[in-house]
Amino acid sequence: MKVHVQTEVNGEAVEFLCDPTTTLLDVLRDNLGLRGSKEGCGTGDCGACSVELDGALACSCLILAAETQGRSVATIEGVATPEALHPLQSHLLKSAGLQCGVCTPGIVVAAKHLLEQDPNPTEEAVRYFLAGNLCRCTGYDKIIRAVLDAAAEMRGEAA
Amino acid sequence: MQGFAYEAPSSLEALRARLAAAQGAGELAQVLAGGTDLLVQMKQGQRAPGLILDIKRVGETQALEADSETLTIGASVPAAKAKAFPLVAEAFPGLAHAIDLIGSSQIQGRASLGGNLCNASPAGDTIPALIANGFEAQILTADGLRTLPVEAFVTGVGKNALASGEVLLALKAPVPGPRSGDAYQRFTPRTEMDIAVVGVGARLTQDEAGVLTSARIALGAVAPQAFLAEAAGAALVGTRGEPEALEAAAAAAMEMAKPISDKRGSADFRRRICGVLVKRVVAQALERCTTGGAK
Repeated sequence: MKVHVQTEVNGEAVEFLCDPTTTLLDVLRDNLGLRGSKEGCGTGDCGACSVELDGALACSCLILAAETQGRSVATIEGVATPEALHPLQSHLLKSAGLQCGVCTPGIVVAAKHLLEQDPNPTEEAVRYFLAGNLCRCTGYDKIIRAVLDAAAEMRGEAA
Repeated sequence: MQGFAYEAPSSLEALRARLAAAQGAGELAQVLAGGTDLLVQMKQGQRAPGLILDIKRVGETQALEADSETLTIGASVPAAKAKAFPLVAEAFPGLAHAIDLIGSSQIQGRASLGGNLCNASPAGDTIPALIANGFEAQILTADGLRTLPVEAFVTGVGKNALASGEVLLALKAPVPGPRSGDAYQRFTPRTEMDIAVVGVGARLTQDEAGVLTSARIALGAVAPQAFLAEAAGAALVGTRGEPEALEAAAAAAMEMAKPISDKRGSADFRRRICGVLVKRVVAQALERCTTGGAK
C-alpha cells in the first residue's frame, strides 16, 4: 500500500505518494525532481546524499520517505538564492575544490551545517566534521581550504 | 528492500497495542529509530521485516532530560543531540566522546544510543561507556515496564535481551556526585570512521582523601558482547590509582578479555591493547575526578 506523505522541502509544502520502502533520496530525485542529492553508496558511508531533516544533518539514503511526514527537509537546492551562490559554493569554485562534482552537493550541505554550529572552526574540526563526505578526486585539501575561506568571509573577515 | 508496511505510533499505548496485534498475526515487526544500522541491513537483505514500527513519534523515546538524580536519554534520541546535552557534555565526558566516535556527522544526526545498544555489536562504542556509567535500559513490555542493567541487556554478537513484543524505551543513569569522572577510549587503525579494535570505558569515584570508593571498568570488542570487568574495578577500589593499582586493573582486564583474531587485530594484540587502554582510561577518569569536568 502506498503511503501519503505531506512534508516541507526547502520551505515549500510538498505532497507525494510512495511505497514504504522508498527512501527520501529516491523521492527527492524521482518524485520531486531535486537531483542535486546524489546516491553514492546507498549505505550512509559517502555523504553524497546529505540533507537536513528538522535541522539534523543526515544521509537521505538512510531515511524512509514516509518518516518525513510533517517534518522539514533542506537539500542542496535550497542553499543558493536566485541572486547569489552561497559563500561555500563560490569558494569551492574559486579554490577548484571539485572535479567530477558528485560529492560536492553533500559537502556543501554538511559544511553549511557545521558553519551554522561553529562559525570559526579549526582546520582539524573541518576535517573531522567532513570525514563522512568522501571525495575521490580532489584529495580534500582544496575542499577544506574552501570551507575555511567561506567561514572567514561569512564572519566578515577577508578570505 | 523487500516490501513492508510502515507505521509510526504516537503513544506508548498505541505502540504496545500494535506490537501485540503484530504478534497475534504472526507479523514480523521491527522497531525503527535512527535506522543507520537497520536500513543498511534491510538493503543488504539481512533483515526482512513485514512491519516497520517507527518509534520516534513516541514521546518517551525522544526524552532527553535530567533531574538531580537521574539522566534520561530516550532510545531514539539522535547521537548529535545526546552528546550536546549539557549534563552529558559536563558530567559524562567519556560517554560524550564515545558518542562522538560513532560514524560520521551525518550518521550522528540520526543514529541513536538505543539503536547502538540494540544492534549489540561487540565493538559498539557507546556500550562500554553506558555500562561503566551504570546505565539501565528501560523496556516496554506487553503489560508494563521492566529495567535491566546495560551489561545484562547485551547478550551476544548482535543479540539483546528484548523478548518478542518488547521495545527499548530509554536509558537511565545516576547523575554522578562530586569527585567522580568517566572516560572512554578505543583503539582504531584510523582516527575517524572506523570500528573499535578494543574499547574501554571507566567511571571512578573518590572519597575526600582521594581514595577510590567505586570503579566500574567496561570492555568492548574483546568478547561476544561488551561487559563489566568487575575484577578490574575491584583492583582499583581502596587505592588512589597508583601505578601498581593501574597495573593490577590492567592485568585483571587482560585476564577477562576473550578476544578473537580477525582482520582488524589478533587476539593477542587485542588483549595487550586492552591492558594499555585500561591504564590510559583509568588515568583520564582519575584526572576528571579532581578537575571534575569535561575534556
